Amino acid sequence: MSQSEQIDTAGATRRGVIATLLGLIVGLFPFATGIFAFLNPLRTRKEPGADADKPGRLVRIATLAALPDDGVPRQFPVIADRQDGWTRYRNEAIGAVYLRRQPGSEQIEAFNATCPHAGCFVAFNRDRDVYQCPCHDSAFKVDGKFEFGPSPRDLDQLDADLRGDGEQKEIWVRYVDYITGIQDKIPKQ
Amino acid sequence: MSALFDWLDDRTGIRDLTHAALYEHIPGGSRYRYVWGSTLVFAFTVQVVTGVFLWMCYSPSSQTAWESVYYIQHEVQGGWLLRGLHHFMAQAMVVLLALHLLQVVVDGAYRAPREVNFWLGLVLMQIVLGLSLTGYLLPWDQKGYWATRVATNLMGIVPVVGPSLQKLVVGGTDYGHQTLTRFFALHAGVLPGLLVLFLVLHIALFRRHGIHTRPPYARPDTTFWPDQVLKDAVACLAVLIFVLVFVLRPAMDGANTGRPPGEYLGAELGAPADPANEYSAARPEWYFLFLFQFLKLFEGQGAIGELLGAIVVPGAIMFVLALMPIVGRWKLGHIFNLGFLVILLAGIGILTGQALYADRMAHYVAQPPADADESRAKSFEASKAYLRAVEHAEKDAHRAITLAKRPDGIPPTGMLSILREDPKTQGPRLFDRYCASCHTHEDARVVPAEPSAPNLTHFASRAWIGGLLNPEQIAGPQYFGGTTTHKEGQMADFVKNTLNEADKNAVQQAVAALSAEAKLPAQQSADTQDADLITSGKQQITTLGCTDCHAFDGKGETTAPDLTGYGSHDWLVGMIGNPEHRRFYAQNNERMPAFAKHADEPEKNILSPENLDLLVRWLRGDWYEPAGAAAQAEQHRD
Repeated sequence: MSQSEQIDTAGATRRGVIATLLGLIVGLFPFATGIFAFLNPLRTRKEPGADADKPGRLVRIATLAALPDDGVPRQFPVIADRQDGWTRYRNEAIGAVYLRRQPGSEQIEAFNATCPHAGCFVAFNRDRDVYQCPCHDSAFKVDGKFEFGPSPRDLDQLDADLRGDGEQKEIWVRYVDYITGIQDKIPKQ
Repeated sequence: MSALFDWLDDRTGIRDLTHAALYEHIPGGSRYRYVWGSTLVFAFTVQVVTGVFLWMCYSPSSQTAWESVYYIQHEVQGGWLLRGLHHFMAQAMVVLLALHLLQVVVDGAYRAPREVNFWLGLVLMQIVLGLSLTGYLLPWDQKGYWATRVATNLMGIVPVVGPSLQKLVVGGTDYGHQTLTRFFALHAGVLPGLLVLFLVLHIALFRRHGIHTRPPYARPDTTFWPDQVLKDAVACLAVLIFVLVFVLRPAMDGANTGRPPGEYLGAELGAPADPANEYSAARPEWYFLFLFQFLKLFEGQGAIGELLGAIVVPGAIMFVLALMPIVGRWKLGHIFNLGFLVILLAGIGILTGQALYADRMAHYVAQPPADADESRAKSFEASKAYLRAVEHAEKDAHRAITLAKRPDGIPPTGMLSILREDPKTQGPRLFDRYCASCHTHEDARVVPAEPSAPNLTHFASRAWIGGLLNPEQIAGPQYFGGTTTHKEGQMADFVKNTLNEADKNAVQQAVAALSAEAKLPAQQSADTQDADLITSGKQQITTLGCTDCHAFDGKGETTAPDLTGYGSHDWLVGMIGNPEHRRFYAQNNERMPAFAKHADEPEKNILSPENLDLLVRWLRGDWYEPAGAAAQAEQHRD
């Protein structure tokens, strides 16, 4: 009995340090494994059909004939393939754009329908000729310029092209989602 | 029994444990002002219990989240009660938190030696708010989806780490399965785990320092059990009753009698999240509305203002709260703390009120006159748009639930795939996009434009054709009034001069016969009933002279649209597809575009075959309705 009351302190510090280190290793290893997998979304991953060198992807939005040349913006869905985790969606609406065409012109103005403030969809108000965001009331003029509200920048203009000839002309837009809430137009990736 | 208990005590020390837990000394007797902490523990326990049972039915993925919550709300027995309890107790918890905080600050219970416990309380508050933020998304309905998009996008403006942080929370750049799995893991695993951990520390420190009491002591000292426990139990019962009142309140509305409880009791479930369709009524849960309104104060200051409003100022407020135990060491400091908290709560109250009023002002005030100042007009417009959006959202939610309850049920692809194939849901959107620059429709979701072509509400119904053949109406705003050529064309002339003179009965018969060509679902029983009338009406179509220009049943001219199968699915597909086809207007087409001219190469068409079908079915009122509702609609239309 008397022997066991004597505590062996020789080398206790060393054993303590080793025990702490081992404890940290066995404790943190599974945690680190989890964190590593958790950080997966930070890897840059291209959407299906995205170009290697340019942000976003070219998407056929509509035929030219579908857009009346009256200067009034109209909303069109952006239909493309989409990868959501383990599910691949074919030809799904991945977002929306506003297209506008001036009378007699074939020049297309395209805007991402997402408000650059916090990501709600803006709606075009035909009475007041402005785009309005329903969430925090940001407003943009018909040409996409910021009018008032908390948005840090104008509506995000997108490149629009016409392809084909005559009646078969189609409107193609380079659809890019930009980071919201900041002044600069930086593509999400 | 006693021997067994002695044995257990010997092995576990349970007597001491129980004694320590129950017989805590309370100087000055038990009081109702000490109940807030216990009510919070109770609320959290209710959340854990109801949450675990909800978990047993819930499936977090973008094809199953809404669907499983629908199942809980509408199919599982008592599911609505379980969900309602969880939903409203979460809100009660936020209120109780505010009361607990107020109580602690008023009583100066944060002072030494309880500083650390006050900080632990603040951490617990953040965890509870985090729980409610993550829980809001889980039903994956439009409301939760769009509100979460806003909340996580605001996270993205944090300098340097913001975008990465946002990606980690969202699980990528897009919202989907990974957002749900992450939010669910946070909501049901990480945050409750942390909450339990901090709660244990909070209660341990509370016990270490003893209850903070306030003299004068009116009554003799007592112990936690049974006096304070009784008061705590009464308070918990009051909380439970309060929450149940909110869950069951709609039952008091007589209009709900006889409906399945899942349809009106418990928590709301909106339409399934649709990333491609805006939800203009997105608002955070009411206790975050003040932050939402606060952000509006920084309008026009761009990203800096945003950062100030969403992160810097709320962060600074939390910092001041955290400093309270230090500041409160001095009497003046305690008064400052009290004043700060009162102003903070009042500010939160005012901002919440402002946010609620701003959204609903169109209910309360009249439309500002045209010369009113611009900001008033804008606020009114915004409120009107919000109220309209809420109305649409309720209709969409109702529609989604109606479709989920169809005999076919919900397919493995999820409810959104059904809504995308539903004429009643998609029709107004397609009409608004492709038709509304000329045509009008009474559906509230179609934005009215200056009409330059007929109103197509109930197109081809007896009422619609009756109006077209009415000399007073044909050149009016509902029909050809806005057109360039048709308002003074042969048809208008024929209706005003020839048909005006004709026998009214004969015209009525012709109207019924022509309308029967459409085989409209809403007119099905009327058409069957009036078979004789329709047979003679077919004769009248020729007799009255319609076939002088139109073809009908293989007879007559083809200089105007063919009346055979007028308004039927096939006829409308053809007409919208190519109005210049000789079966329709041929060279007399005024300006209607051909929406699907290329039968062999549909990718060249303005409207895809699927969208054309949806539009036509919507115009014809041809969509699924449950048996009772369909009969009602038909009756209504008659």
